[in-house]
Amino acid sequence: MSEHTPNVHDPKKYWLDDPKNVRKVIIALFVVCAGLFAADAFYHKHPHFAAEEWFGFYAIYGFVMCVGLVLAAKLMRVFLMRDEEYYDKNE
Amino acid sequence: MSSINPGLILVIGAVLVPLLPQTLRRWYLLALPVVGFIQVHTLADGTSVTMDMLGMTLEVLRVDGLSRVWGYIFNIAAFLSMLFAWHDKDTMQQVSAPIYAGAAIGAVFAGDLVTLFVYWELTAISSVFLIWASRTERAYKTGMRYLLIQVGSGVILLAGVLLWYAKTGSIDFGKIGIGTLAGNLIFIAFGIKCAFPLLHNWLQDAYPEATVTGTVVLSAFTTKLAVYALARGFAGTEVLIYVGATMTAFPIFYAVIENDLRRVLAYSLNNQLGFMVVGIGIGTELSLNGTASHAFSHILYKALLFMSMGAVLFRTGTCKGSELGGLYKSMPWTTGFCIVGAASISAFPLFSGFVSKSMIMTAAAADHRWFVWGVLLFASAGVFHHSGIKIPYFAFFAHDSGKRVKEAPWNMLLAMGLTAFLCIFIGVYPKALYDILPFPVDYVPYTTAHVITQLQLLMFSALAFTVLMLYKIYPPELKSTNLDTDWFYRKLFPCVLGWGGSVIRKVDRMIREEALTVLGDLTAMIERQHGDGAPISKTMQAGTMALIVLSILFLFLIVTLIA
Repeated sequence: MSEHTPNVHDPKKYWLDDPKNVRKVIIALFVVCAGLFAADAFYHKHPHFAAEEWFGFYAIYGFVMCVGLVLAAKLMRVFLMRDEEYYDKNE
Repeated sequence: MSSINPGLILVIGAVLVPLLPQTLRRWYLLALPVVGFIQVHTLADGTSVTMDMLGMTLEVLRVDGLSRVWGYIFNIAAFLSMLFAWHDKDTMQQVSAPIYAGAAIGAVFAGDLVTLFVYWELTAISSVFLIWASRTERAYKTGMRYLLIQVGSGVILLAGVLLWYAKTGSIDFGKIGIGTLAGNLIFIAFGIKCAFPLLHNWLQDAYPEATVTGTVVLSAFTTKLAVYALARGFAGTEVLIYVGATMTAFPIFYAVIENDLRRVLAYSLNNQLGFMVVGIGIGTELSLNGTASHAFSHILYKALLFMSMGAVLFRTGTCKGSELGGLYKSMPWTTGFCIVGAASISAFPLFSGFVSKSMIMTAAAADHRWFVWGVLLFASAGVFHHSGIKIPYFAFFAHDSGKRVKEAPWNMLLAMGLTAFLCIFIGVYPKALYDILPFPVDYVPYTTAHVITQLQLLMFSALAFTVLMLYKIYPPELKSTNLDTDWFYRKLFPCVLGWGGSVIRKVDRMIREEALTVLGDLTAMIERQHGDGAPISKTMQAGTMALIVLSILFLFLIVTLIA
């Protein structure tokens, strides 16, 4: 394990260091999502289940489930989180 | 050569490693899996070699479509991980890694359950050295826990095999199925190594404690060997569908809040195994092809992800999300390769996961299992969320940790580059993979509907991540330990044992003290009667004695006279 050099002075500016560019990335993501959502109008699905036929089903499902996942995981922290040395103390 | 189990090339080859000088050793280690791969390739389907031992006929080599897929990918994985470990001169790992890989390959080509058992245990014993090679107290303890569970799986397997032999008179490794005690024992033995829910925690416990290179090796073999064994012995076992679906879903909750990024990957490994297990449970040609192809592409992208995190650990000395960030500035190549791995595990179109995982999803849908399908779809979105975004984001982007390190060594970059190439190659040209699957493939991954729906699912998961980040709802990376099933044997059992021990100690002490008092009283009493100067032990003069005797005789005389 080598090279522990935290907080060195790095004069180089990177593209993502500029908050404006981060904003551009986020806007691009929003645009792509909007496009994909709209795309549902333009192709023929081969659904196995009725739910798949709903407009934008995969998009909504992906979004809702991921938000649910994160909120549930956050809640789990309340019960399951211990400090880092939890097992090292009196093992 | 034609009758050798390809696994033995690595196992026996490993024995010579310590005799070679380091410069030669590296080339030799790379050559072993190449020879092994060629051996797998030259063996014809239906090849069978038997050997008589102790009145049993062992089938030490059996080749068919299923074992061939695993034979190929295990040798490829061995090669890539040897290349990744090229810089490492640790003899312990240089010997144990090829033995471990060879044992897994040997097990895949084992035609009977006894041969399988021998290789099964060999994978356990050889792999623990990859954990111990970290040479820390923590790794030593973790290794002991790992070894206990792994060897335990072998012991259960042996018990199952003995009962199976007693019942059927055969040790052939074919379809076993649950329902009998023998079958159930073998099922559980496989299930432990496959990290079934509640039997899973050895994986998340042990893999992140292995060495930088050791984790890459570990990630490829043990669990996928178990998937192979389940596919051969328990295809179409209904319960596997539910076991697998549970496996896809619950580890991702842990992955979201875990701080050690290699442990996050261990959780997502567990989640990906779930897809394969569902495929086995459905048991159709499509789903079994899906399991085989997903195992193949999974080994590659999972190795790639572990390699990239290994490179980060190697350069920065940590793999914790809370201490990393901004590494894309100093490790751009590693960042790129990690993103390829992340895209592959997330099943983006043109990456390997897209062409393999979807076969299992389609098989579940074709079986009209809407609930299972829904869980798998949730797990697909979730895996992108925690493996696809979280891993690269917290390691390479996010808040700049200020760490400026050297890019990974050339051999690591080359290994990652080759693995990344294979991930994309399979995604772009799936026919290469489909051609080696056990059953003929009648499946087209690239349809308009599949590409768009998959992109919708993934991009909206990314949107969810972004929105949660922007509103600061996303749980930050914190230095922490999250309780999992290992809590039972690392905290509860020692606690209960400790408490039980203290109760026993107290009771024992009470009994001893009581006994001592009784004994003390007794000796005191004896002392009073027989002690120095006590009535019984008093010494008397002869005259006194004569007087007493005379008195007694006199008394006797009087009594006689009266009577």
